[in-house]
Amino acid sequence: MCAVYHKYLRLDHLPHIWCPGCGNGIVMGAFIRAMEDLKYDQNEVVVVSGIGCSGRISGYLDFNTLHTTHGRALAFATGIKAAEPRLKIFVFMGDGDATAIGGNHLIHACRRNIDMTAIIINNCTFGMTGGQFSPMTPKGKKASTAPYGTVERNFDIPALAQAAGATLVARVGIYQVNLLRELIVKASHHKGFALLEVISQCPVNYGRRNQMGDPAEMLEDQKGIIKSAGLGQGLENYFGQIFQSEQPEFIEEYNKMIVQAQKKGGCDV
Amino acid sequence: MSKLWKVRLSGKGGQGLITASIVLADAAIRFGKNAVQTQSYGPESRGGACRGEVIISDQNIYYPKISHPNLLVCMSDTAVKTHAGFLAGDGILIIDETLVTQTRPIKSQFYKVPITGLCREKLGQDIYANMVVLGAIIRITEVVPENVVLETFQDYFSLEMLETNLQAFTIGLKAGEKAIKRFGEFSA
Amino acid sequence: MVKPKLMQGNECCALGALAAGVRFFAGYPITPSTEIAEIFSKELPKLGGVFMQMEDEIASLAAVIGASLTGKKAITATSGPGFSLMQENLGFAAVAEVPCVIVNVMRLGPSTGMPTLPAQSDVMQARWGTHGDHSVIALAPSSVKEAFCLTVRAVNLAERYRVPVVLLMDEVIGHLRERVVFQPDEKVVQWERKQCLNPKSSQPFEETADGIPPFFSFGGEYRHHVTGLVHDESGFPTSQREGISRLIRRLHYKITQHLSDIVQVEEFFVDDADVLIIAYGSTARSAQAAVVRAREEGKKAGLLRLITLWPFPEKEVSTAAVNKKAVIVPEMNMGQLALEVARVLPDKNLLFPINRVDGELVTPDEILSVMGRIY
Ligand SMILES: Cc1ncc(C[n+]2csc(CCOP(=O)(O)OP(=O)(O)O)c2C)c(N)n1
Repeated sequence: MCAVYHKYLRLDHLPHIWCPGCGNGIVMGAFIRAMEDLKYDQNEVVVVSGIGCSGRISGYLDFNTLHTTHGRALAFATGIKAAEPRLKIFVFMGDGDATAIGGNHLIHACRRNIDMTAIIINNCTFGMTGGQFSPMTPKGKKASTAPYGTVERNFDIPALAQAAGATLVARVGIYQVNLLRELIVKASHHKGFALLEVISQCPVNYGRRNQMGDPAEMLEDQKGIIKSAGLGQGLENYFGQIFQSEQPEFIEEYNKMIVQAQKKGGCDV
Repeated sequence: MSKLWKVRLSGKGGQGLITASIVLADAAIRFGKNAVQTQSYGPESRGGACRGEVIISDQNIYYPKISHPNLLVCMSDTAVKTHAGFLAGDGILIIDETLVTQTRPIKSQFYKVPITGLCREKLGQDIYANMVVLGAIIRITEVVPENVVLETFQDYFSLEMLETNLQAFTIGLKAGEKAIKRFGEFSA
Repeated sequence: MVKPKLMQGNECCALGALAAGVRFFAGYPITPSTEIAEIFSKELPKLGGVFMQMEDEIASLAAVIGASLTGKKAITATSGPGFSLMQENLGFAAVAEVPCVIVNVMRLGPSTGMPTLPAQSDVMQARWGTHGDHSVIALAPSSVKEAFCLTVRAVNLAERYRVPVVLLMDEVIGHLRERVVFQPDEKVVQWERKQCLNPKSSQPFEETADGIPPFFSFGGEYRHHVTGLVHDESGFPTSQREGISRLIRRLHYKITQHLSDIVQVEEFFVDDADVLIIAYGSTARSAQAAVVRAREEGKKAGLLRLITLWPFPEKEVSTAAVNKKAVIVPEMNMGQLALEVARVLPDKNLLFPINRVDGELVTPDEILSVMGRIY
């Protein structure tokens, strides 16, 4: 297995910047194992990320990688995919990235149903900037900008994405690493916009503030969160899949329009 | 050297005056002139104050705007109020008799044409009024020959729209002719 | 004989981009730039290119940068409010050295301002709008034909220097329709980005002699990392003092080292002039009209028309200003380029700005009346 990691990691850029007990490395590991399953040519894969701790994933992976601006990863990825549809696109975002500053890009990527796989690493906080509350911090939890607990409600990402038009949506806990690997494979095979929410942990900036114990205890806690969202570990929920449908995909529809436009005649420049 | 024309078509959004100014500028260029077309309009596409302008010249046109038009068409009372005062001393003023209530002659070269009324009466709709205007201008000023304008029409209107716009233009030509006669009587 | 055509500034801008090889547009509708998007939506599919209407201007420039990273020539078009939203990613394009063109058809601001009225008030924003210190190129067309030529040039400069290039077109030029003649022998020359030929001997952000690193495209033969963080020559984040400074300095000198290739001005009766007008965009046309009339009256007026606004044509301005009795700078703003002119004039008392901020173009009469007062 070690060789697999070596193949997909930029070893000279390790060690990573993440804190001990952070979930980002676990997600990256599952991603690498999924890549091994998918067997794509690394030159044909683009990994795009936003800004935040999670955004650093792109720098450690040996593909075409793009570390964008905060919240805009999906918009950059959309340009890449539309310009070069043969490339396989994976987008990593933090919860603040995807649902706060990038919320607009998120719903529109869902609506467009453009063929790519987006992974939101939801650690329920703004990790990189020191633990401010995010749109995914559960109500009542403490954050550096919510010393009395947040008064705001959080999003339900799968419900949001589904309503916005994403055609594969799943939520998975970080302790379900094998399931995560399978979902990444499934999402990549899916024709359309696939969104995975990975419930992760930030022991340093979120866990500590909310007396959630060490990382292992936090994982136990997350199990509960996933269960309360209606997902168990039972076989019926094996895929952890909430929703999948077939809808026209953006690139395919665009190509149909090109054929139509070209029938109408050339440009006079 | 032929005359330098500074044409301002003023009225309300939705009257098609900008389109009329574009067709006029295009026709002038086909006729071998130099021309620039500009426009000014509010954020709303219907009802707000709106104007299209065309400068037609044999020379280079640097400054593309018009301070003092020598041909002014007014298609609303507001347009008369706003623009009539800027008409050049020897300028021509054409007003839409149907829409403009003030019909007292303002300048010596003053033509009254019932543009919108004719359009309604003969074509059943107001929306072709802009081509009636164009017809009237062409007849009154002869700034561009009729056939060149007709040629220009092919590029601006789809086949379905072409016929009615041509009719509107012809109505305008005739109305222009009548206005010239009336003007003759008036000044005599 | 080539038939002259009536064409619009915005139209020529879009057609120029297509002629320059642009095959990707992403944008968000905004007056007075919308015609540009409309033309791309019609023409790009015919050429097998991509037109995308994004959810906002932030996403528009992001998508343009994404497309450009695959090696496609890409462009967006907007106006003030959208240009403000683009600043963040404009900075990204600057530091990640991604070629792209941003057309800003300037309208009166700040904020929503006067959507349909012209201004030239984004001159400084084009230079300093994004945070951080970096070079940009900005060009300002004065005619409809030039909207075509300068869009071609903007695309070419973006590709050659790996920078975002801003085409600062004002509403007057964007919406102006005038006679345009394309000669049959007029060829559109396309400049291409310097490609990486051998990844073993070159790096994606390498400090080359001309300051411009070779381009590695996504989906090409070599993989690399692109980030908005300060990076070393390999493209990966660095926190070494020396490396930081080297990148920031190179972003500057890759432009300043090539001024003779980038900077363009046009002289109109400058040599023997006593009074010099310095203008750009549509106000340069008023200035030209004023010069012609002044000369008819026997007054020695001249015009230095700035085609390149950024980098500022410092040398050209100071040379043209030698021995002039006065320098008039008409602008549709409260005096933005005038600040730069003042910076290079030997004597600030020679400067006479004319500022119009009512959504009307400065008139030749206004320029002549200022000239009359000083000369
Ligand atoms: C426009 C902008 N605003 C704010 C920031 C500062 N910032 C950097 S990361 C971040 C939040 C990151 O949180 P999240 O997306 O949840 O990712 P995490 O760090 O938890 O992985 C913020 C607010 C920024 N980089 N850009």
